[in-house]
Formats: sequence, C-alpha cells, structure tokens
Amino acid sequence: MNSLHLIRKNLGRKKTRTLLTLLSVIVAFILFALLNALNHAYRLGLDLAGADRLITMHKVSFIQPLPMSYVNRISAIDGVQHIAHYSWFGAYYQDPKAQFGLFPTELETLRQVYPEFQIDQQQWQQLLQTRTGLLVGELMMRNNGWEIGQRLPLGSTIYPQQNGEYFWDFEIVATYQGVGDGSDELQAYMHYDYFNEARAFGQDSIGWIVTKIADPANSEGITRLIDERFANSSTETKTSSEKGWIAGFAAQFGNIGLMVMAILACVFFTLLLVSGNAMAQSVRERTNELAVMKTIGFTDQRVVRLVLGESLCLALLGGLLGLLMGYLIIGGARTAMAQFLPGLAMTPQTVLIGLILALLLGLVTGLIPGVRAMRLNVVEALARR
Amino acid sequence: MGQVFEITMQNLRSISQRLGSSIVLVVGVAGVVAVLVAVLSIARGFERTLSVVGSEDNVVVLRSGASSELNSGLSGEQADIIQQAPGLLQVNGQPLASAELYTMVDLRKKTTGTTANVPMRGISPNGVALRDGFQLLDGRMFEPGRKELIVGRGALDQFDDLVVGTTLALGQERWDVVGSFSGQGGSIESELWADAAVVQGAFRRGNNYASVYARLSYIDALAEFKDVLTADPRLSVTVEREAEFFAEQSGALSGFVSGIGYVIAILMALGAIFGALNTMYSAVSDRTREIATLRALGFSRFAIVVSVLVEAMLLALLGGLLGAGIAYVLFNGFTVSTLNFTSFTQVVFDFAITRDLLLQGVLLALLIGLFGGLTPALRAARMPIATALRT
Repeated sequence: MNSLHLIRKNLGRKKTRTLLTLLSVIVAFILFALLNALNHAYRLGLDLAGADRLITMHKVSFIQPLPMSYVNRISAIDGVQHIAHYSWFGAYYQDPKAQFGLFPTELETLRQVYPEFQIDQQQWQQLLQTRTGLLVGELMMRNNGWEIGQRLPLGSTIYPQQNGEYFWDFEIVATYQGVGDGSDELQAYMHYDYFNEARAFGQDSIGWIVTKIADPANSEGITRLIDERFANSSTETKTSSEKGWIAGFAAQFGNIGLMVMAILACVFFTLLLVSGNAMAQSVRERTNELAVMKTIGFTDQRVVRLVLGESLCLALLGGLLGLLMGYLIIGGARTAMAQFLPGLAMTPQTVLIGLILALLLGLVTGLIPGVRAMRLNVVEALARR
Repeated sequence: MGQVFEITMQNLRSISQRLGSSIVLVVGVAGVVAVLVAVLSIARGFERTLSVVGSEDNVVVLRSGASSELNSGLSGEQADIIQQAPGLLQVNGQPLASAELYTMVDLRKKTTGTTANVPMRGISPNGVALRDGFQLLDGRMFEPGRKELIVGRGALDQFDDLVVGTTLALGQERWDVVGSFSGQGGSIESELWADAAVVQGAFRRGNNYASVYARLSYIDALAEFKDVLTADPRLSVTVEREAEFFAEQSGALSGFVSGIGYVIAILMALGAIFGALNTMYSAVSDRTREIATLRALGFSRFAIVVSVLVEAMLLALLGGLLGAGIAYVLFNGFTVSTLNFTSFTQVVFDFAITRDLLLQGVLLALLIGLFGGLTPALRAARMPIATALRT
C-alpha cells in the first residue's frame, strides 16, 4: 500500500470534518488575499512614482493656487529637465459626488514628464489639434463605457465657464495606457488653454508643478533650490519627491488604514488557529490506529510522512482555493470600488507569500501530531484502549 | 424538561475533558466578534462626530452643484441676499446667520509625522451663536479684524504647532493662536476658526464666501426660505438642513468602512462556524457511547439535541462576550484623525462602541453557536443506539 493512497483514504474517512477544515482554511486565505489587496490599494501609486519627479505646491495647502510665472522660474534651475503644471478641475461625469481626476495641463509637456504613458501617435496628433480634446486612461474608458470620438459634457464642482455654465463640452480624442495594473488609468487630461480662457475666475493660476530632473541623485538639492527661490515671497512653495508626496497623501488617511490591516492580520491568524486545531485533532484521535500501524511494521519516518502529508494536502489545497477565490472577489470589487480604492489588485507577491503560509500551516499542524505519533510507545498506546 | 436540564448540565460539566477544542471555539468566536465590533465602531464614531453638530433648526446654503464647502463659492453680495431672506430667526433685528469661508492648511499630524489637510473656517460674528455645542475651553475668543485664531479640541490633540498662546506660521502669514474650543465631540472640533474677513484677506479670496449658516425662525420655515432663494435669479444655491448636510458629508466614508466591516465579519463568521462545527462534531463523536447509553436508558432525542445546542451556544456566547469586551477595552474612545473623502479635510473622531454594536456582536456569536451546533446535535440524536453502543 503506498503512502499517497493511505493519505487519500484518511482524508476521505471523515468527509464532513475534512470538508469543514478545508473550508475554514479557504476562508482564511480569501481574507489574506483581500487584506493584501487593501494594502496594495493603500500604497497606491507608491510603486509607480518616479524617483526623478518632484512636485511643487503652495506651502499653505495644495488647494491654494500658484502663479503661472513659477513654471518659468523653476525651469531656469540647473538640473531641471522637463516641467509641467497641472490644475484640479473637480470633474464629474453624471454624479457630482463621484469626482475624478481631470487635469488641465499643457498637453505637449505631458509625455516629457510622464514618458511611461503609451499613446497612439495618430490620436496624440489629433489631441494636440483639438481644443476641447480629452486624453482618458483606458481603464476609465472601460469603466464608463466611453468610446473614442465621443462628445462628453463634464461638470466641474469648482469652475463655471464665463457664461456661468458649470458643464463643459469635451471630445474624447485619445486614450493612454499606464504602467501599473490600471490604477494610473483612472484619470483624464485636458488642454490648459481651453480651461484657462473659458473659466470665469482664477485666470493664469495653476495648481501644482511637476518637475522631471536629469539625475535622481540631485533631487534633494533641487528640492531645496526650488523652495528657496520662492522663500519670503507672498506665495511660498513646498516641494517633495513624487514618492514622498504620494506617501504623504496616503498617510492622510492616518492610522485607520493601518488599524484595519492590523485587525485583519489578527483575523487571519485566528482562523489559522481554528483550522490548525481541527487538523491536529483529527490525528490525535487516531492514536490507536497509528500504534497498530507501527506494530505491523510501519517505520517511524513513514508514520510522520503520512500525518504530514495529510495536513500538507489540506493546507495547500485550502490555500490555493482561497487565493483563487480571493482573486475572483477582488476582480469583482475592483470595478465597484474604483472610486475609493483604485489600486485594489492581487499581486504575484501575495500569491507567493500565501503559498508559503499555506506550506507553513501544513508543516506546523502536521509536525506536532506527527512527531507525537513517531514517539508513540506502541504498548502504552494500545493499552490505553 | 428535567431530562433536558440533566443532560445539558452533564455536557457542560464534561467540557473540561474537551478543553482544547472548546477553547478554540471560544477564541474563534471572540475573534470574529471583536473584529466586527471594532471595525463598525470606526464607522459609528465617524458618523456620530458628523451628526453631533447637525441641528434641525439650522440650514446650510451652498452654491448649487458644490459637493462640499471646499468647492462651494458665494459672492459677498449673494451671501447678503441669502441672509436677508425671510424665514430666518431675527435677534435684535438682525438675522441669526453667518457667512463662512472654508479652506484648509497643511499641518503635521502627530501620529504619522506627515502633513495633512486641516480644515480652517472663517466665521462671521454670529458663527458661534449658531453652534449650540460650542464652548471656549482655554484662552479667549479671536478678535474680529485681527489675525488670530482659535483651535478645536480634536485638532489641538492631533496636529503639531497648535499651542494656545503661540504663533502659527502659515506661509508668510503669522497667526496668533489665542484659544481652544470644544463642540460636543462634533466635527467643528477638528477645525481652526478665525474671522471670515481676515481669512478672505490672508487667502486672497476677495469678498467671497463658501457657505451661509443660518437659524430658521421655526422648524418648518425651511420651505419658505428655500422657495425665496430658489426663485431669486441672482442666486443658484442648494439649501439643506444642517443635520442632512452633515449626514451626507459622512455617508461615503462611513458606508465604505461599514461595508468592509460587514464583509470581513461575514467571511470570519463562516470560518468560525466551520470551526464550531468541527468542535461540536468531535464533542459528539467523543461521546458516541455515552449518548447511546442515555438513549438506551430512555432519554429523548429532543433532550440530546437541546443539550448539544446549548453547549455550542454557551461556548459561542462566552466567546462573543469576550470578543465584545476586548474590543470595548481596546477601542472605545480611541481618537484618530482621517481624511474625509467628501470634504477632503481631516476629521478627528473617537471610535464609538455603542450598545447596539455590542448587541450585534453577541447576536452574531449566538448565530455562530446555533449554526455550529445544529447539525452535530441532529447527528447525535439520529445515531442508531445499537451501533453506537458497539463502537
């Protein structure tokens, strides 16, 4: 009789228990997958941030505008390669509560500062020539069911046009592909000129400035130079690396994110405890049987292998199924929660760590009863009956 | 009945022999309940903070289409028209109303060391009278026309550089922090307050405001007030009761957090039910012969079922109480500050573990016990006596 056959028979003996244990392992790993997806969303953009990009904003708060002249004054600084400015349009499609990132900018500079965006060359040319043209991320196109060439009225929660109208006309001319898993494709860009000339107030002011520098090693020096240039003026600035800026934004949510994650981690380990106990218990109950097997000549090693194999089977199967179901759930939640958690995704890293944890779970829950089974004194065990 | 009681007591007395798996059941359920209660307390505390200030008598007027005070804008002239509209409470011949400005400043959060959007409000002289819960805690009120500000208790607690009696530098502007205030735990405690006219100057807003807060002359005067404003061609505004306005401002975040809370709790509860089922199945199979003997002696199936169910539910209840207790001790009143999606500014609030949350937790525990105990109980009752005795 080979070991695999024995393991299969043992697992199938108490079907209800095996199934229940398997289910609780699955649930634990679904939670694990969700937890990691949340964590990934929380760190949204950090991995996409370029080390060679700096962000300059008003020192008091980024909703305070900067004067347009700052763009030229920053581009005169040594080591600055490209420069672009952005504003916040406060755009919404139909529901004013669902705002998204629509950034008025000099579109010509966009690809210099963000060379990673992939845009069809023909669409790009068309975009540069269309005053009301929009460049939209592909995920955003899919989420809203938009099409190239479509005319689109978008509302602004902040800026009316000079005629008092809060709705602006646009035409979707081009789409772009980001480098992430779509989390950087939930935005859109428009011509600053259209925005600036048509808006009722705020002319020639801009929101923030993104600078691409030649050598990331100089980023601290250039950061200082920029802020010193405007020190003691009526509009002082605060410059940080793109990574620092995004990390700072995530930190605005504060300890809540961390706390939810800490709670989830506790949950995961509680569930592992529950399922681990069930596995260990099922071996404990078979003490007699193991004693009989040893009596008829099974070696100590083989007994350990049998017990271990059984728990590894359960843990790995549960882990795999849990991760798979987590993947499906995340896929569904992704679209539904795009507004709050654009970065919800399952990374290969999650799968790897998940499988390692499943392996560990199998080893720990198998080894303890396994070793006990190995040390089992046959005479004593049989006498207990 | 006596039978039921006897076997149940017998079961409970023998729990000590199955201590390991019973503890796992208790711990599992405690975990589920603690997490449910803790996560929901975040949402509950947040809602409470935003609802405390909301009065039914007060109205908030914003530019129509604005989703929050931050992106609303009213000219000084429009603000005057709104304050002169009928339906508002008159005190000494003047409407009880305040045209306000809402912006934000970057301050360093103590817990993370990074900067955060702290709300700053410019209020008109009636601003304080409109907030019933307002109470000056320390120092004095700012003087109109001077670059002075007072700080909410929550902001004082959560952000750096806010000390009564010192000067706060915002860019080139120097503000004297002259006092601190509380507001019954409401969201105004997260804010910095100064004179509206001074804020207009310092933030270069011209003669513009974000909102008008006003008190109605009586609770049903809203319709009259609203009709006049809507009919006025010089205005394009939305009028809401303050309570509704704040409920809307908290909706997105608290809905999101409760959503996560319930999803996690449901998943965990499933896990805990599987754990409970395992525990109870093995409890029953350990006692196969004992139960068969009882049945042979004439104890009814019903008594057996009840005894197993009671054991499962008592263990789960113990876990539930434990979990709720742990959550209460660890989290109740825990103060945090987070970014409210809607207003885009920081809100300081306390976790609130309310009685109904504790109740929800304990109910969930009982449900887990019920589902975890039911099928094992039925199996125990259905066992054929003769076969069971032979095992």
